[in-house]
Amino acid sequence: MTDLVNLTIAEALDLLNKKEITSVDLTKAHIAEMEKGRVLNAFITETPDLALEQAKASDEKRANGSPLGALEGIPIANKDLYCTKGVKTTAASKILSNFIPPYESTVSQKLKDAGTVMLGKLNTDQFAMGGSTLTSYFGVTKNPWNLDLVPGGSSGGSAAAISAGLCMGATGSDTGGSIRQPASFCGVTGIKPTYGRCSRYGIVAFASSLDQAGPMARTVKDCALMLGAMAGADDKDSTVANIPVPDYTKALTGDIKGKKIGIPKEYRLDGLNEDVQRIWDKGIQLLKDAGAEIVDISLPHTKYALPVYYIVACAEASSNLSRYDGVRYTTRVDGNSLDEMYENTRTDGFGDEVVRRILLGTFVLSAGFYDAYYTRAQRVRRLIYNDFVEAFKQVDAILVPAAPTPALSAEDMKNMKPVDVYAGDVFTTPASLAGVPGLSLPIGLSQNGLPIGLQVIGKHFDENTVFQVADVLEKMANFDKTPHRVKG
Amino acid sequence: MYTIEGKTGKWELVIGLEVHCEILSKSKVFSGASAAFGGEQNTQVSFIDAGFPGMLPKVNEYCIEQCVKTGMGLNAVINKYSRFDRKNYFYADLPQGYQISQLYHPIVGEGFIEVTTADGTRKIGVERLHLEQDAGKSIHDMHPSKTLIDLNRSGVGLMEIVSKPDMHSPEEAGEYLRQLRAIVRALGTCDGNMDEGSMRCDVNISVRPVGETGLRARAEVKNVNSVRFVMHAIQVEAERQIDVYENGGTIRQETRLYDSENGETRPMRTKENANDYRYFPDPDLLPVVLTDEYIENIRKNLPELPEVKKKRYIEQLGLPEYDAGILTADNETSAYFEAAAKGHDAKKVANWVMGDLFAYLNKECLSITKSPISAENLGALVGLIEDNTISGKIAKDVFVFMIETGKTPAEIVEEKGLKQTTDTGAIEAIIDQVLAANPDKVTEIKAGKDKLKGWFVGQIMKASQGKVNPAMANELLNKKLQ
Repeated sequence: MTDLVNLTIAEALDLLNKKEITSVDLTKAHIAEMEKGRVLNAFITETPDLALEQAKASDEKRANGSPLGALEGIPIANKDLYCTKGVKTTAASKILSNFIPPYESTVSQKLKDAGTVMLGKLNTDQFAMGGSTLTSYFGVTKNPWNLDLVPGGSSGGSAAAISAGLCMGATGSDTGGSIRQPASFCGVTGIKPTYGRCSRYGIVAFASSLDQAGPMARTVKDCALMLGAMAGADDKDSTVANIPVPDYTKALTGDIKGKKIGIPKEYRLDGLNEDVQRIWDKGIQLLKDAGAEIVDISLPHTKYALPVYYIVACAEASSNLSRYDGVRYTTRVDGNSLDEMYENTRTDGFGDEVVRRILLGTFVLSAGFYDAYYTRAQRVRRLIYNDFVEAFKQVDAILVPAAPTPALSAEDMKNMKPVDVYAGDVFTTPASLAGVPGLSLPIGLSQNGLPIGLQVIGKHFDENTVFQVADVLEKMANFDKTPHRVKG
Repeated sequence: MYTIEGKTGKWELVIGLEVHCEILSKSKVFSGASAAFGGEQNTQVSFIDAGFPGMLPKVNEYCIEQCVKTGMGLNAVINKYSRFDRKNYFYADLPQGYQISQLYHPIVGEGFIEVTTADGTRKIGVERLHLEQDAGKSIHDMHPSKTLIDLNRSGVGLMEIVSKPDMHSPEEAGEYLRQLRAIVRALGTCDGNMDEGSMRCDVNISVRPVGETGLRARAEVKNVNSVRFVMHAIQVEAERQIDVYENGGTIRQETRLYDSENGETRPMRTKENANDYRYFPDPDLLPVVLTDEYIENIRKNLPELPEVKKKRYIEQLGLPEYDAGILTADNETSAYFEAAAKGHDAKKVANWVMGDLFAYLNKECLSITKSPISAENLGALVGLIEDNTISGKIAKDVFVFMIETGKTPAEIVEEKGLKQTTDTGAIEAIIDQVLAANPDKVTEIKAGKDKLKGWFVGQIMKASQGKVNPAMANELLNKKLQ
């Protein structure tokens, strides 16, 4: 049975279609693994009964020849930012700790329609604000490679669960690196697609102009399969592009000869972690070996990405989180006046990091500061966008690290200054601001045996090339994804 | 020029209006929920309107069209690029914690409304029209300690139409508002019902001594919900400001509430901190980009505007300006009038509509669409007068029967035998009878007391139960008395 939790989605689909295994087998194996893996604290809510019910229904469909979804019978889990009808959705916060949505997010619905089985809801940083899951109201998730380390974040529960074999794939969401960085920390693969590729409907909003749903899994191919099911136009979200979604698995040709891969000089930071530098160099060499042409490029406004990101993201967050006011569905702490009720509810319901970002965002939007911060940040954001557009006139894809370090220790991170924590997003925020797709996949290990990922960035809506390049890189790196598994 | 005489001299008024018009649309501006008025509390609320997590607004294209139409009615620039902004503030009936509005790039730019008062016709400038969503309603008086919230209105589309500070008298402001209401009603973009709150008005007002050109601090008077109240609020607020200035005080910019019961304005409770709405572009919505083709298509299909219709009534139907103004105030009235006037004397029909019909409808609190007399039947009634079938006097009785029975005037005239007598012999017989019964009055007339003729005609009408044509009665009476 243990073998079932080491399969990739593609392998499992093959076995299911050959009727060698059933979805119930697969689901039961993962439920058992999920129970054993509770020490990781990857799940906020487990839904084993629902999962078995869905698995049975899926097996029946297969048995009686009904039309099957692209991911028929595959057990996955959703980041707890995705509203799931009838299943508690907390955004890892106290204020939504009792919230049961009466509706389903578009992306999780599409995954349901594709035949997936949902094992539960995964931990995340509170309202996706953080890169460690340390800000979760439900406690930090542990990195399966070393329990003292964080799994990264915000989609840390997703990364840890996949790495430890608790689910075959998971949804993540990425605002400034929240899929790519935890994928790197846990040795899994995840893609933040182009902004506008997936619907945001029903995903608890952090920063609307940056938030993007994406899949996380063990391989590039699994991500391609999942994204195919998740992406596409949605009448409920005006920011989703109304363009066809290709079959991404067709992009996995295994051949990238002659492809031009850009290496931006601005990402070569002074004092960059040696392990990260070594893995980056390794990735470059692998691509060369595969026949790609390496091109030195410049993304001149890269250094502004971090401050621009924190201004824009916090500004939008300060407004997006106003709805959690104690009046309707949130927890409430009463007061002697309406204002006092707001203060009490929000003070009690939001964690420190969320409060910090709301304050930051409120500040940058306030009268007298708006132009100096928000307007200027939007202008620089446009320059960062233009950087990528210009670069992609020269190259087909860009290869950079996903994070400046391997996974950090939870204890160390608790004592870090917020700005030092924010600096961890340095390699992921530029693509977020530009809206271009970025995929993070594990390439090798640090001296201490921790996974390190690289990021393949592509043109707007050209996830195909991203998958194509990443797939070759994956095969050549031949990374052993099995962590020092924690068995309870 | 309208002025108010103070102790120190004459004062001039400077008035601007901000009018919120609820857009006539089946559904709300950013959700599919019903926008109908008067539903049971909290029955027309989508998860979007209630600000649930992960919910996204989606603009209702029909509301965009309604704004463009209204902009055309205001002779205004239609902006091909407009965008939504969030206005952030906390209130219990504002579920999202922000109102989606258009601060930086409104959908409609500058325009004007032509306003006619006793002083003549002037163009009052319109600054802008922007699209925004309404908030819900807080109900404070249904529970001793709790506030109840009704979110039916949350997310209903509003057009905020901001005038320039171009008005200088209560009459002008009142007329601007009436004209604006006539325009939105004619276009079908807002029902203009101020008493139901589907059209709401805030008044900006300042005063200055005649001759001064700069603008002084203004007060914004909120919650003025009828044309009459707007005019009255302007009057009392202007007088208050003049009084303050003349007693050596100063006016500071503030928001005041109009109290129609006490006929005064008073300051609204102000918070210690000024509101900072932290406007910024709403990242959930794309900019609204309109093509020339789209705009021209709407322009081509625009219904006749009240101003144009009014001119047509004056020039082609020969109606006085006053009548034309009243009959074009809304689509229903003009449609009724035009149907009734078809083939008949327009002025006579106008008199019946504005006279007997309006009197009846007002008394019964009915709208013209609920009139028990159809436009065709009212026209037919005028037709019966025109072809001398009945007299105007009998027509008044027929009108009452029409209301009671809903029958056509011809049927009623036939049934009740009200047809006018035009038989000379029969009329002469009645005249002879009346003359014979009043020999003393006949003597007086013959002695030169001509005024008594009118009295005789009255007697003749009475004796004939109104069925004699009064002109014929007059003519035959004159012959007899010669």
